[in-house]
Amino acid sequence: MRQLFRKTYYLLTTVLAIGWFISGCSSHSSSLADEEKLPDQVSYNFDIRPILSDKCSACHGPDANKREAGLRLDQPESAFKALKEHPTAHALVAGKPALSEVFLRISATDTSVIMPPPSSNLKLSSREIKLIEKWIKQGATYEKHWAFVAPKKPALPTVSRKDWPKNDIDYFILQKQEQKGLAPNDEADKERLLKRLSLDLTGLPPTLAMMDRFLADKRPDAYEKAVDDLLKNPAYGEKMALHWLDVARYADSHGYQDDGYRTQWPWRDWVIHAFNKNMRYNDFVTWQLAGDLLSSPNGFGGPGTPTKEQLLATGFNRNHKITEEGGTIPEEYRTMYVTDRTDLFGKGLLGVTMECAHCHDHKYDPFSQKEYYKLFAFFNNVKEVGIESVIGGPDTYAKKPLMEICDEDVQGILSFVNKLDTNKLIVSVMGDLDTTRKTFILKRGMYDAYGDEVQPGTPASILPFNKDYPKNRLGLSKWMFDRKNPLTARVYVNQIWQEFFGKGIVKTPGDFGMQGELPSHPELLDWLAVDFMEHGWDVKRLVKQLVTSATYRQSAVISPEKLQTDPDNLLLARGPRYRIEAEFVRDLVLSSSGLLNRTIGGPSVKPYQPDGLWEGATSGRGLLSMYVQDHGGSLYRRGMYTLIKRTVPPPSLAIFDASNRDLCEIRRLKTNTPLQALVMLNDPTVLEASRVLAARLLQERSAPADKINRAFRLIVSRKPNEKETALLTAYYEKELKTLTKSSVEKSLAVGEYPIPPQVDKTKLTALMRVVTTIYNLEETITKS
Amino acid sequence: MEKEILEHGLNFNRRRFLSRLSLGLGSAALGSLLVPDLFRSSGADEEGFTPGIPHFAPKAKRVIYLFQNGAPSQQELFDYKPKLRELMGQEIPSSVRGTQRLTGMTAGQKEFPLVGSFVDFKQYGQSRAWVSDLLPYTAKIVDDLCIVKSMYTEAINHDPALTFLQTGSQQGNRPSMGSWLSYGLGNENKNLPNFTVLLSRGIGNGQGVYSKLWSNGFLDSIHQGVQFSKGEDPVLYLRDPEGMNRQERRAMLDNLAQLNDLSYQEFGDPEITAKVKQYEMAYRMQTAVPDVMDLSKEPDDIIKLYGPDCLVPGTFAANCLLARKLSENGVRFVQLYHQGWDQHGNLPFEITKQAKDVDQASAALVTDLKQRGLLDETLVIWGGEFGRTSYTQGKLTKDNYGRDHHPRCFTIWMAGGGIKPGMVYGETDEMGYNIASNPVHVHDFQATVLHQLGLNHEKLIFKHLGRRYRLTDVSGKVINDIIA
Repeated sequence: MRQLFRKTYYLLTTVLAIGWFISGCSSHSSSLADEEKLPDQVSYNFDIRPILSDKCSACHGPDANKREAGLRLDQPESAFKALKEHPTAHALVAGKPALSEVFLRISATDTSVIMPPPSSNLKLSSREIKLIEKWIKQGATYEKHWAFVAPKKPALPTVSRKDWPKNDIDYFILQKQEQKGLAPNDEADKERLLKRLSLDLTGLPPTLAMMDRFLADKRPDAYEKAVDDLLKNPAYGEKMALHWLDVARYADSHGYQDDGYRTQWPWRDWVIHAFNKNMRYNDFVTWQLAGDLLSSPNGFGGPGTPTKEQLLATGFNRNHKITEEGGTIPEEYRTMYVTDRTDLFGKGLLGVTMECAHCHDHKYDPFSQKEYYKLFAFFNNVKEVGIESVIGGPDTYAKKPLMEICDEDVQGILSFVNKLDTNKLIVSVMGDLDTTRKTFILKRGMYDAYGDEVQPGTPASILPFNKDYPKNRLGLSKWMFDRKNPLTARVYVNQIWQEFFGKGIVKTPGDFGMQGELPSHPELLDWLAVDFMEHGWDVKRLVKQLVTSATYRQSAVISPEKLQTDPDNLLLARGPRYRIEAEFVRDLVLSSSGLLNRTIGGPSVKPYQPDGLWEGATSGRGLLSMYVQDHGGSLYRRGMYTLIKRTVPPPSLAIFDASNRDLCEIRRLKTNTPLQALVMLNDPTVLEASRVLAARLLQERSAPADKINRAFRLIVSRKPNEKETALLTAYYEKELKTLTKSSVEKSLAVGEYPIPPQVDKTKLTALMRVVTTIYNLEETITKS
Repeated sequence: MEKEILEHGLNFNRRRFLSRLSLGLGSAALGSLLVPDLFRSSGADEEGFTPGIPHFAPKAKRVIYLFQNGAPSQQELFDYKPKLRELMGQEIPSSVRGTQRLTGMTAGQKEFPLVGSFVDFKQYGQSRAWVSDLLPYTAKIVDDLCIVKSMYTEAINHDPALTFLQTGSQQGNRPSMGSWLSYGLGNENKNLPNFTVLLSRGIGNGQGVYSKLWSNGFLDSIHQGVQFSKGEDPVLYLRDPEGMNRQERRAMLDNLAQLNDLSYQEFGDPEITAKVKQYEMAYRMQTAVPDVMDLSKEPDDIIKLYGPDCLVPGTFAANCLLARKLSENGVRFVQLYHQGWDQHGNLPFEITKQAKDVDQASAALVTDLKQRGLLDETLVIWGGEFGRTSYTQGKLTKDNYGRDHHPRCFTIWMAGGGIKPGMVYGETDEMGYNIASNPVHVHDFQATVLHQLGLNHEKLIFKHLGRRYRLTDVSGKVINDIIA
């Protein structure tokens, strides 16, 4: 009855608009996947494990406390044994589905027998049942989960179209396309290619000079030269840092309740610096995890102690939220901080959902709750308290352990820290207790429900912890970068791939476990991971490999055939086409108008923001209870320098899916909403940029159409075609005729940047509207 | 068996078959606007849930949640405990207190003297419900209310407790209740956001609110709560810039659409057409939102009903009236937050003012919905994030005291939306410290709200990072006793 109702409801709610295209279809009963033919050889890793994990593991998986009938299906030893409750029966009998309880139960019609039971709200599709049947027929062979086996470098596949590949990546991509009968797109035209490249490497559109140089450069390696130039641009470090700030949940406030100000930005400056000097990924992470435990000949506390830069890097693990709420039970919150670090380590660095084992054994992956707390132990020895201070003055802007950055540091080893004044500057960093704080399993994850004591260690199913490593965060880094670790390199190259191609080779970058998506190109992922390790974890080299591939350089045009056969572009038979990140939307607007302030780093800034947002949500306490907007150059900084108050994140960025930096985030959504349209149409940032660019153009001696073409090139990074020019010029002429004096005055009164006195205001307003229109084009904020 | 077939026939992945039909892009894009998650691949519709469609016939279509931020004291409002007056100043027995953990504010306190309410209570209506003299207007509508005196929660501080009530989890970036409903039920009005948020503040000790409370979490950001604020720009960036009239805006959008269409012809990317649709919706919102925010056309009797404050933008009363208008216009979930209920000290003075701030308008909203015939399909909820202690925090004097946070029991009320009217549900013990009968956990409450809207809380799921998430996490049961 319920279903009948659902059907009626659906029809009712949509009948007016789309009802007609449902009619006649409701008798369909199979989905696309169901029709797909079964593979000749069923693969455990690719066909069976996803079913067992998703539909069976909750009761027959790794979690010992929730296991039903003593049966575990994720391990062959248990699955082939006689069943506990029916010793004559077996869950699996190789080659014999009819004798295998698994098959009998999943194919049963009797609801008292069928698996999964109806109460679980889970159900197998008919294809899934057939797959399991065939797998049993073929011998029911298990394989270790692909992501937990160290990658080996596969040989390059052979392809028919030998002239297409530009580097090794392309062989893997082309081979899959040829298998499916697809051909790659042609290379994108030069203008679009350079825009894509520039946005991907610097987060900024190319300047006109750069574009003209590239268009004029007919040498065969013109593109490689452009890549090299952009990799040397300091904006590269900023672009690469942004994703890492999401991973590291970096923000400028403490995050809870009163949400007071914090000065963690020197750590952010270090991240930019590290990317620009191309710090190797293993060092980059080791410093952040264990910089305080490193020893350096010129350490700040004498030889054998870390440098101040290494110490600053550990701010990574102190970026989490810290409470300043009066009633807090300190231990409850201290435990949360340790939990946050442990979960980030799992999700951001290892690409597994360790957090699921916080309260109980993992339901899908082979991580016990004990292993969770063994990992937790590495992060549990910090010299910190759950609540150090309630909201207050400069002394509360960092919590202990902390470091002070003095002016000599900024003149020397910390020269990349953009310290503006001589005030005291403190940053939260890592530092362990002299004695070891004991770690216990916390039952149900409750901070005060102690179970057994545990020692630091790592999940055995990933890689056992080498006895020679110290049992601290430094040892943990060594374990992470052990060549036998199956996850570290794969997870990072996948994140970088995602940055350039819009989605990862594994579409769930934070979950390489049983419930994660399978890689679309497993051999390529392994090849990239091993190659990355073989070349010393060199990030710039990896980035260059990606952007110089023929795969990356394809045009993004979607033919109707490809939209039909590969709507999600899994086979990459066309170039990536995506809306750029929130911060880069802002950067593009400021940069193309000439307003962008290219200062790197320093305290975060407060540009234009609608009134009353902080005031409406605040408790009334602290520096961030009222939004005091900045002026002058601070209004025109890159989006990544906008102050992030966690409880009220910057609205124009949040609307474009920026992270709220609450927790580690490794993949942003890319949504398309009416609120985004309102930002682009009405945000003073966009309007001011339109006015400033229009004024600049009006001061040039040229015809209106030329001005419009130039604006178009600056903003969209290509020359407009005739239709576009004609349309925009007609719009300009029409506005010029109809604008009234009062409307002109009002339109121009936006933003604080001065208007040049000699400019004709009516023309300025008309041209400003044209420029705003160009800013609002879909193509403008899209890399295509 | 018939059920099975239907289930399959209907459920067999509507997304796939819609997208498989080679129809014009227009219809596909339209479908995705009506039911925003229809084309998303990460949903969990294979198990009996298709975003945008309820599981069974709903009793309510919309929710208005009057959140009393800071935790109102139940002892001074609804939970009448004459025994506390008798025991005034006596230490709370340890058998009653049990092992309840205390906040950092009273953990160091040496004595825990019980304190009776300074205010008197009377019984009202046919239900004979007790209501304190602080809420004279609410007292008059008790026969429309279901007062639940046995709510309990797990958190003892504001931030985690608020987050728990709104998202089902104390920590973590989970979707808010309004986002879940938007995801589960889709949109009734294409020109207004589906989940709106209104903020106000009383004079009492204030605790902040945070936008994470109306966050979409891992759901599509179309389900995010949209804050409507007082002033000229009720929705962020809504207003056209100074000097631009509607015809001029229209002209710009027409040009824009033509230019975007040129781009679509070149690239063939459906995202481009979707973008044009979003601009059109933004354009319609620009008229629809100010229309709904305009209270000037409300007749005098309505203004009188809500009280004169309702003409002052940003007050609780104005927000209640606005909530009715939004709800009436099809907004699925209207969430109000009224700050200032955190009476650790100086309680008698502060709560009197605070109660006066909300009493008339809260009751007016219920009455107003009822007289418009909308109360049946609108669920109104009134309450805070936890309760307050029966013993005093700080010094107890003859006429002054405070109360600390208390998770073990608190009172909320619900009205309309298929909830039994004129009912008092659940009891606390005579000291008002522990629940004596019919406990309602936060997840039970959430399960019940979803149920009234036609959603099974165990099936309203979203798969994220390998796990199926629910508003009610892993527990919760519908409280059938309070369903009409």
